[in-house]
Amino acid sequence: MTTVIHTVGQTRNTSGQVKSCSTSLAHVTSSQYLRDKSNLKSRKLTQQSAFALMWLAGSVAVAVLVAIVGYVVWLGAKVITPDFILQPPRGGMAGDGGISYTLLTTFYLVVLTVGIATPLGVAAATYLVEYAGAIRKHRRLWSRLIGIARLGVETLAGVPSIIFGLFGYALFVSALHFGFSLLSATLAGACLILPVIIRTTEEALRAVPNSYREGGLALGATKWQTIWGIVLPTAAPGIITSIVLSVGRVLGETAVFYVTLGGSYRMPTSIMSSGRTLALHVFYLATETHAFDKAMGTAAILVLAIILINLVINLLARRLNRMMKG
Amino acid sequence: MSEETKLQTDNLDLYYNKFKALNHISVHIPANRITAVIGPSGCGKSTFLRAFNRMNELIPDVRVEGQVLLDGQDVFALDEVELRRRVGMVFQRPNPFPKSIYDNVAYGPRAHGIHNHQMLDAIVERSLRSAAIWDEVKDELGKSALRLSGGQQQRLCIARALAVEPEVILMDEPASALDPSATLRIEELMQQLKAEYTILIVTHNMQQAARASDYTAFFMMDDNRAGTLVEFGPTRQIFTNPRDHRTEDYISGRFG
Repeated sequence: MTTVIHTVGQTRNTSGQVKSCSTSLAHVTSSQYLRDKSNLKSRKLTQQSAFALMWLAGSVAVAVLVAIVGYVVWLGAKVITPDFILQPPRGGMAGDGGISYTLLTTFYLVVLTVGIATPLGVAAATYLVEYAGAIRKHRRLWSRLIGIARLGVETLAGVPSIIFGLFGYALFVSALHFGFSLLSATLAGACLILPVIIRTTEEALRAVPNSYREGGLALGATKWQTIWGIVLPTAAPGIITSIVLSVGRVLGETAVFYVTLGGSYRMPTSIMSSGRTLALHVFYLATETHAFDKAMGTAAILVLAIILINLVINLLARRLNRMMKG
Repeated sequence: MSEETKLQTDNLDLYYNKFKALNHISVHIPANRITAVIGPSGCGKSTFLRAFNRMNELIPDVRVEGQVLLDGQDVFALDEVELRRRVGMVFQRPNPFPKSIYDNVAYGPRAHGIHNHQMLDAIVERSLRSAAIWDEVKDELGKSALRLSGGQQQRLCIARALAVEPEVILMDEPASALDPSATLRIEELMQQLKAEYTILIVTHNMQQAARASDYTAFFMMDDNRAGTLVEFGPTRQIFTNPRDHRTEDYISGRFG
């Protein structure tokens, strides 16, 4: 059972053997181990293979991204003309017309959902991080409720979006008689992105050094003044990230809006208008018409819009960061 | 002691939940003097310091018994916002806000309701001058405070504290993160400031206590690991002729 160890290299074996070694190794001192350079080469090799693997994984990720975007844009580019963007869709089996109303609906929906969910989400996250943490342990009921709220947020973030859709359908479309409308879709969409905003904002707030809070309070600022004037501005880049994520989520979402926004391709004239987002339009074009090329064109616009928004907002966040940190 | 008392504690006990961190601290801190609080790690020096501006209350489940007085007034009867305006604080690590130099100093006055530009300009200049950093930053008040060196940041934090016209300045190891020359500048600054302010400084550095303070309070942990005040007196006496043998052991470097 016991194997006599002659060289250090042999310790790099299975754990069972290593264990048995330790008993028979009493005559080899640890300094002999540390001075021995014979395993240096293999350690370097391990490092190099790890780097190579990581590099490979990174390249695969980038390649997949480039392939998808490239494919969609390549196929879609044929139909993208000024007319395609500026003309309203005309429906029918041929998928005639462009995407102007769809773009407009998408724009409204993004602005409305994010506009509703951001203040709510930021406020909720601020409460959870800045106030709920300071609640004394002996207030059992209260801290338990906060625990439940936190669990709820985490669970909601992982719930499939169709559940949000069905909830929105049952509550806003049916029970409240909002029908298939921007209003129903906005409210359901806001529910969908709320957990995203809360969690990302929570992380951003937790990353704000406590010394900033102490610094503000020690000057005689109230807790709210400290939060509003120091903590939230410091967390702003992270909060902006949460907004970017939610914009992306709304742009890409189909399930929720399929059952709350309806599928009308008409011009959205009021908050009660039915409509379709770009993503839904892609879905309808691909499944109900022969205009697969237009589905690809719409998809290309969608992908480019997401990339553009990401770039612009990232730039904004970076500028904000530079303003604060100099 | 014939000196006028600025800060005072009477039988101050402080608990973190069930753990007793301060045990029966009674002390008079004289006005317009620099009082150093020394002692080994974990003996409650910072907790003691934070009792005066009630910063301990930020930690949940802290309980205080006994009295803490500012000019003879119970600090727990004061509104903590007003108390913290009167009792400013400088922290161990410089903690300027991620804002411009100007906005850092103006933050306090603005929080207290001053929005007049000329008034703020005057406060910012006066505070930065008092903190001996005006000449270094006067041409770049719009620059982010985070781009200053550590020593400059700490003097900016002092300026920020001075901007709300406090009476007392609590300093929690203000130089421990700084290099020796920056440390010396802070100590010189303290000497200038004590004409107008009462300064209470926690320090790990006994040379600093010996050369920069007028009075010294020596803290130690008792058998239950609670911080107790072993000896308080003029710094010269504490360092040359301590009454308690534990003080002597500590300042002679036998432990701590």
